[in-house]
Amino acid sequence: MTDLSGWGGFPSHPATLANPVTQADLARAIADGAVIARGNGRAYGDSAIGLRKTVQMHGLNHMISFDRQSGFLVAEAGVLLRDVITAFLPHGWFPPVTPGTKFVTLGGMIAADVHGKNHHKDGSFRNFVDWLDVMDASGVVHHCNRTQNAQLFEWTIGGMGLTGVILRAGIRLRPVPSAWIRQTSQALPNLDAVITAFEGADAATYSVAWIDCVSRGASLGRSILMLGEHATPDELSDDAARYPFEIPDKTKRTVPFSMPFSLLNSLSVRAFNGLYYWNGRRNAGISFVDYDTYFYPLDAILGWNKIYGRRGFMQFQCVLPLETARDGLRALLKTTSLAGAGSFLAVLKRFGPQDSAFSFPMLGYTLALDFPATPGMIALMRKLDQITLDHQGRFYLAKDSRMAPDTLHASDPRAAQFKQMRQEFGATDAFQSKQSERLFL
Amino acid sequence: MSKGTMLLLGAKSDIGRAVAHRFAAAGYDIQLAARDSDTLEATKTDLALRHNIAVTTHDFDVLQTDTHAGFVDALPALPDIVVCAIGLMGDQIANEQDFEAATRVMRSTYEGPAHILGLLANRFDARGAGQIVGISSVAGNRGRAKNYVYGSAKAGFTAYLSGLRNRMAKRGIHVLTVLPGFVNTQMTAGMDLPEKLTAEPEEVANAIFNGLRKGRNIIYVRSIWFVIMTIIGSIPERIFKKMNI
Repeated sequence: MTDLSGWGGFPSHPATLANPVTQADLARAIADGAVIARGNGRAYGDSAIGLRKTVQMHGLNHMISFDRQSGFLVAEAGVLLRDVITAFLPHGWFPPVTPGTKFVTLGGMIAADVHGKNHHKDGSFRNFVDWLDVMDASGVVHHCNRTQNAQLFEWTIGGMGLTGVILRAGIRLRPVPSAWIRQTSQALPNLDAVITAFEGADAATYSVAWIDCVSRGASLGRSILMLGEHATPDELSDDAARYPFEIPDKTKRTVPFSMPFSLLNSLSVRAFNGLYYWNGRRNAGISFVDYDTYFYPLDAILGWNKIYGRRGFMQFQCVLPLETARDGLRALLKTTSLAGAGSFLAVLKRFGPQDSAFSFPMLGYTLALDFPATPGMIALMRKLDQITLDHQGRFYLAKDSRMAPDTLHASDPRAAQFKQMRQEFGATDAFQSKQSERLFL
Repeated sequence: MSKGTMLLLGAKSDIGRAVAHRFAAAGYDIQLAARDSDTLEATKTDLALRHNIAVTTHDFDVLQTDTHAGFVDALPALPDIVVCAIGLMGDQIANEQDFEAATRVMRSTYEGPAHILGLLANRFDARGAGQIVGISSVAGNRGRAKNYVYGSAKAGFTAYLSGLRNRMAKRGIHVLTVLPGFVNTQMTAGMDLPEKLTAEPEEVANAIFNGLRKGRNIIYVRSIWFVIMTIIGSIPERIFKKMNI
């Protein structure tokens, strides 16, 4: 028994671990039920802590095949996204959708159906998954895709590991002309301006905004909007153009922003948010950024999740439909800034349409905030839950660590259907996480 | 472009697999050797895809010493580096009671590895270049009641590597002895190992790669093990024999 938590470090539960390295090991590990598969533990809360046992998937991490012509990759679920990039970016292929860290497994990306800065254009990771092999409670492996075992395929993507264990997958990478991104950033004085800017930027491949969630009044929601395109070699400097798929050594690269504070408190968060905004405003315009700095700025600060100290932290991420987004976001930001809680990292992103069984995204705006894991912040997050419900929004399970079951079920009628499907797959007792128990899934 | 070729003996072990990935990442082509080499196919494909290098698999049984020369002859190329990650711990109680079990541990851990490395050393010598890595164990530093059958075989292997290094040093061939201490592997699964003393297989692989580069002779993967083994080694036998460690 060791204490296990998610990336936020909260909550922490005593856990029994299994480390299968073969399919037979895996079948044995799940045989007694109430287990959940765990990838690289980057879900923030208790998604990947098993009720009885947690099955770590890093031993099942073989790459099985790759077609350099089409970019089609077959790999085991434990393969890290970082390793996919390392292996195939030199040949001109990049993940079609990537979350904000490359330290996730393919299995985890599918289970959470992750989204990236290109969701408004390309949708979630699901759109690039052609097939899955899923192990059921009795150890039988089912091959599934959009026509064969289609139900299992659809509910497993975004199913948080609760329909079975994802063993391997066939996914399509995207061709890219270089390892660099042409970034255009823009400072926007308030929430209305940033939404207007997002609506005008639907042609951009990547878009994301960092929101200063401390500012109030007329500056409420002031943001730095960052758009990105894959850069072609002729846009790059001579050195970079000669080796377009190489990026400077990590040790030589400057950390995207330094950590000037030893303690996160309302003062330092306020100062940081202000600095970040003014710095972004000063540096507005076009710049060329390597993929690692652009997509994974926090990966460069190893263990950044520790900045909140031992108590850990929580993430709040919701999505609001387009119609209610303006009002809803304003209410969420106002409540946060009035509480003086100012999140260290606040991210706003426009989502495009999404068609899937139980995935998080939907057409609208998603806001992500983080807070220290204290009773006061839990109370604040309950208020944010209510605002989200009032605006017909829903919540990202990969970020959740403390939501009430009523909140989830009120926000998302698909939850009841998901529960039903779990029953049909014979997965209800077999696959259970601390989160699924808490949320009555 | 290939940096050279590394032959890995014991390609199914966790340390072996990590070593293969470390050298492949640095651009070495890899020869994977183990019993039932068809089970190495997944590892082979994985290595080749991740690192864009050439990988071959070879049947090798460390106990069949009469086949060792044929095994080396059949390799597509004499490797630049050989890493031996073969060893068998067995069960100490069984080793005490069952002569055959003990013999198997001794032969798998000492006789077989020594034999194949000696043979490769001669080939390297004839060519005039080569690097040899033997993964031994701190268990060989002093015999303990808990695992002295395995420990004695590792002691033999460590002494063999030391002698081989002494002989080959004048011939331009380097021998590296690795004493990993506790490692988090299938061999130790279920044992309650202290976290600070337990290395991950990747850590061992890194230590081997860097140790070879720096021309080190003997490495403890975590330096605390040097301290521990120095202390254990200095306890007088009249006290040591009554201890339970």
